[in-house]
Amino acid sequence: MQFIRSIIILKFTFSLCLAEFEKDLQLQLILAEPGDTIKLSSGLFPILGTLSMEGKENIVIKGTGMNSTTLNFSTQVEGAQGLSITNCKNIILEDFTVQNAKGDAIKCQYVDGITFRRVKAQWLGGPKSTNGAYGLYPVQCENVLIEHCVAIAASDAGIYVGQSKNIIVRFSEAFENVAGIEIENSTKADVYGNNVHGNTGGILVFDLPDLVVKEGKQIRIFDNIIKKNNIDNFAPEGNIVAKVPSGTGIMVMATEQVEIFGNTIIDNKTAGTAIVSYFITEEETKDTQYNPYTSSIYVHDNIYRREPQIPTLDHDIGLLLFTRFYKDVPDIIYDGMPDPKHLGAGGYIPNSRRLCIASNVDADYLNLEISKNFESWYSPFFAEFKTDINECECEQEPIPEVVLDID
Amino acid sequence: MGVGKAILAVTATVSLVFPAHPIFDHALPKLSDYGFFKAPINEQIPISGVIPYTIASELFSDYAEKLRFIKVPNNKSISHNDDLSFNYPDGTFLIKTFYYPSDIRDPDSDRRLIETRLLKKTGSEWLAMPYVWNNEQTEAVLALAGDRTEVSWIHSDGKPISILYSVPNLNQCKSCHVYNNVQQPIGPKVRNLNLNFSYDDIPMNQLDKWISVGILEPFDDKILLPRTVNYMDAHDGSLDQRARAWLDINCAHCHRRGGPAETSGLYLEVEETDPTALGIFKPPVAAGRGSGDLKYNIVPGHPEESIMDFRIRSRDPGIMMPELNRKLVHKEGVELIQAWIKHMPERK
Repeated sequence: MQFIRSIIILKFTFSLCLAEFEKDLQLQLILAEPGDTIKLSSGLFPILGTLSMEGKENIVIKGTGMNSTTLNFSTQVEGAQGLSITNCKNIILEDFTVQNAKGDAIKCQYVDGITFRRVKAQWLGGPKSTNGAYGLYPVQCENVLIEHCVAIAASDAGIYVGQSKNIIVRFSEAFENVAGIEIENSTKADVYGNNVHGNTGGILVFDLPDLVVKEGKQIRIFDNIIKKNNIDNFAPEGNIVAKVPSGTGIMVMATEQVEIFGNTIIDNKTAGTAIVSYFITEEETKDTQYNPYTSSIYVHDNIYRREPQIPTLDHDIGLLLFTRFYKDVPDIIYDGMPDPKHLGAGGYIPNSRRLCIASNVDADYLNLEISKNFESWYSPFFAEFKTDINECECEQEPIPEVVLDID
Repeated sequence: MGVGKAILAVTATVSLVFPAHPIFDHALPKLSDYGFFKAPINEQIPISGVIPYTIASELFSDYAEKLRFIKVPNNKSISHNDDLSFNYPDGTFLIKTFYYPSDIRDPDSDRRLIETRLLKKTGSEWLAMPYVWNNEQTEAVLALAGDRTEVSWIHSDGKPISILYSVPNLNQCKSCHVYNNVQQPIGPKVRNLNLNFSYDDIPMNQLDKWISVGILEPFDDKILLPRTVNYMDAHDGSLDQRARAWLDINCAHCHRRGGPAETSGLYLEVEETDPTALGIFKPPVAAGRGSGDLKYNIVPGHPEESIMDFRIRSRDPGIMMPELNRKLVHKEGVELIQAWIKHMPERK
């Protein structure tokens, strides 16, 4: 039976015409049973509608390689995603490319145990605001592993993990996206060994209001190369990443417990590392459960290098930095908005709750003090900034390693 | 023609290959196998026990007309809860046939049946089963992977329209019908059914009819049952009620807490009262180019600055809302939402 079945699946996979390829693949995705591997043969396959898998357990979808199996959605007529995986458990995606999806390339929602391995999400023709939003996009998932993947030219984030828990993103490459890698409203994430270059912003750790899952925390960003993330922001207006200044290496917004260490952060023209509250967006929120502040941020043992260069002039903060610092913009930029609930007597914040900066190579620092300069902070001639990195000299307990629960 | 046969062939082959898949415990190969309709089945005349119904406000699906039927197993009835939600007995079928008249202005013009969707209650779940009609209009066959087919008709403005109609596949059915991970019906709710239907030319309230034939347990007389307005009827309810009815049936199956679009934080059920959740001055979350370079979902007084209007007007698969089951713009719906946003008091 197994034999006959594989013959028929082969027949499906290699079937006569391309429209049949899509229909057969969709049928396999619908009928797959636990333990099945759905094999994608080598070739460039045009797909007209979202491919979807729903309610499955223990399934592998496997191509022959990210440069040999390509699902191309250039002529997509329906559905917003390329591949959509919902309500599943223990799914492995391996060795294929999703190209030119009209919306997101691969979206996974409500999946416990999702692995992306040697998968590429790409929009051909480089950065364009008409490209889809997210490349690899697990949301509301648990136990997420993304490794040896590539994401190119997403108009939002190349690799985006949102509202999820227990996450590893490693050994992957992201370039020509607005955001290379973004961890949003998520808890327990390790992002390491990635090469993130030529995006608008390299690695973003955000917490946003008005979502079901909030209070992202316990994020480690380490041993990444984050280089020359200087391309113009091409995100459509309205999206939060449209506010990220071109030339951002790492940006942490409104998140707590973030450890940034061992990274090599080179030639990001505006902000090597930015630690900011949600107020920086100048958006209002009525979400009373939302915490807009950062706390417990530990930046240590990173290497910073930055050739003198002009920061972005397309952004208020870039303009401010340019006016004040010209080509020698500080590497680590803090908005100076600690969480008031951690303020003790005399305005003292315990080390465990503050921004700590220690043992970096060639890091200089800027505290924008936007609470004090709130009316005038964008007026660089009057605002009082702090640039003494020693005000952040302290250490914190390391954040524990993420351990995935994947069979 | 070829397509229908190919689907039948593929489905038959697959049922040999994947005999264990639970869908094959329930899904019969052809619509006629169920015996819901008198022959010829394309006239869609139900046998006794299969009851036609309609709903107050309809989901837009490219101007397709729909015929709806319910079959509750003999001697069983639907009970209901305090919140007026239904508990359907095992084996209940909801049957919905999509068709196009050749001239949409003339209900008696020739009609082409496209698909019939079945929802069958089995235990705690509903199974969705799509059937596609053949070109001869003699039979509809199971099409688990859905289908695409060219459809043409004369529209209400007298102009011909032609689209590539999509029959959703099994997963796409679920992508709308899922709530808290369980597949369920969308339309038949008390407030959507609480209106008259013409049974053999005799109008009667549908809920009363269902109770009188014994498929629905009676309600406590003291309860005033709610009714959704018909958003297509400008004299039914207020502008706000009509717009909210349109959003409820077209969007809220995903855009609600526990629905697939809950990640957006935009909740459009008729019961929703939080202005931010409804989109007022709410920035998008993961809209990508769906934002259309606009900042907020709804800017009161300004549909042209509202993402909601932009997305329901779009036909680009990466932008448009709803994501599925639409190739055309629902002109009447868009005008309604535009009027609704325009008449909201401006504020900041």
